[in-house]
Amino acid sequence: MIFLELFITFLKIGIFTFGGGYSMIALIQDEVVARHGWMTSQEFTDILAVSQMTPGPIGINTATYAGYTAVANAGLPAWQAVAGSLIASLAVVLLPVVLILAVNRVLSRHKDSPAVATMFRCLRVAVVGLIAAAALTLMTADSFGHFGMNLRFVASVVLFGVVFALTIKRKVSPVVLILASGAVGILLYTLFPQA
Amino acid sequence: MMAKYCELFYTFFKIGTFTVGGGYAMIPLMEREVVERHGWLTREEFLDQVALSQAMPGVFAVNMAAVVGHKLRGVGGSVASIAGNIAMPIVFILLLAVAFSHFRDNKVVEGFFLGVRPAVVALIAAPVFTLAKAAKVTWSNCWTPVAAAVLIWLLGVSPVVIVLVAGMAGFVYGKIKKH
Repeated sequence: MIFLELFITFLKIGIFTFGGGYSMIALIQDEVVARHGWMTSQEFTDILAVSQMTPGPIGINTATYAGYTAVANAGLPAWQAVAGSLIASLAVVLLPVVLILAVNRVLSRHKDSPAVATMFRCLRVAVVGLIAAAALTLMTADSFGHFGMNLRFVASVVLFGVVFALTIKRKVSPVVLILASGAVGILLYTLFPQA
Repeated sequence: MMAKYCELFYTFFKIGTFTVGGGYAMIPLMEREVVERHGWLTREEFLDQVALSQAMPGVFAVNMAAVVGHKLRGVGGSVASIAGNIAMPIVFILLLAVAFSHFRDNKVVEGFFLGVRPAVVALIAAPVFTLAKAAKVTWSNCWTPVAAAVLIWLLGVSPVVIVLVAGMAGFVYGKIKKH
């Protein structure tokens, strides 16, 4: 039963996501691509692209689109895929919301506990590694083309470098960067269709 | 009574619809609406909740919506705020998902995604370095994120395990240091 599986999987993803949308990407990727095989790594990368250029929290967008794709890939009709997307997005926020409301009640008393403080500090450090893993896992031939002096691989590496530098150094908006890379892609691969 | 729920829904609807680039991009608009315009939270309360929502699991923007809604109208207020926050994003994604499934084999769409894929990887790689600074990663503790990345990437360890181990280790370390 894919809907129940989706619900449980995204409950798990929600409660173990610390540090925002980008660390959630690592968990969603691990579950929907590696563990359940609901979609290919390439499909997942395209979902990430769309999730970052549409409005809203990246975690919600990715969960919505991944839920839709998982059900659609199982060969079920579109309205059931829509149901899958709603189940995934609701499941992903359910436990964290209950938790933060409960914690808000309790925490005022334990705010200065050193154990709680070091726990969160440790989590923040580990999350950096989680996000790095998500990026490394996506560095495949699906994303970049096959390694070597061919047009697609060279173009991909250049695009990667430029987008990386513009994000770090100039804080250019991801929406602008995605649309610009897409435009470069359209130009390049319609001019050189064999690449 | 009903008016308050509608106001919460509408306010978070605006915040969710007009920010692109994820939850943290919503902070400025959220502050303007929640603190300055409606006065639902003081600036200090708002900053405390930003810190808490960042530290807790889940989707940052949704956590914020839940807390603000709960403060005003209890659980119903939370539901109204969250629904407002995620309504447009979900509709947007579904429209695109349906559209793309029809145009997947179109040459232009294909070219677009071939160009976008390496860019997406770069967009995910970049916050590793900016967040490393914010999380106070130094030479002495950088083995933790490196080990986490290698365990997940090369050995297929679940990120869930990493989160559990890091959280428990930090908690125990804090307990020991206190005594």
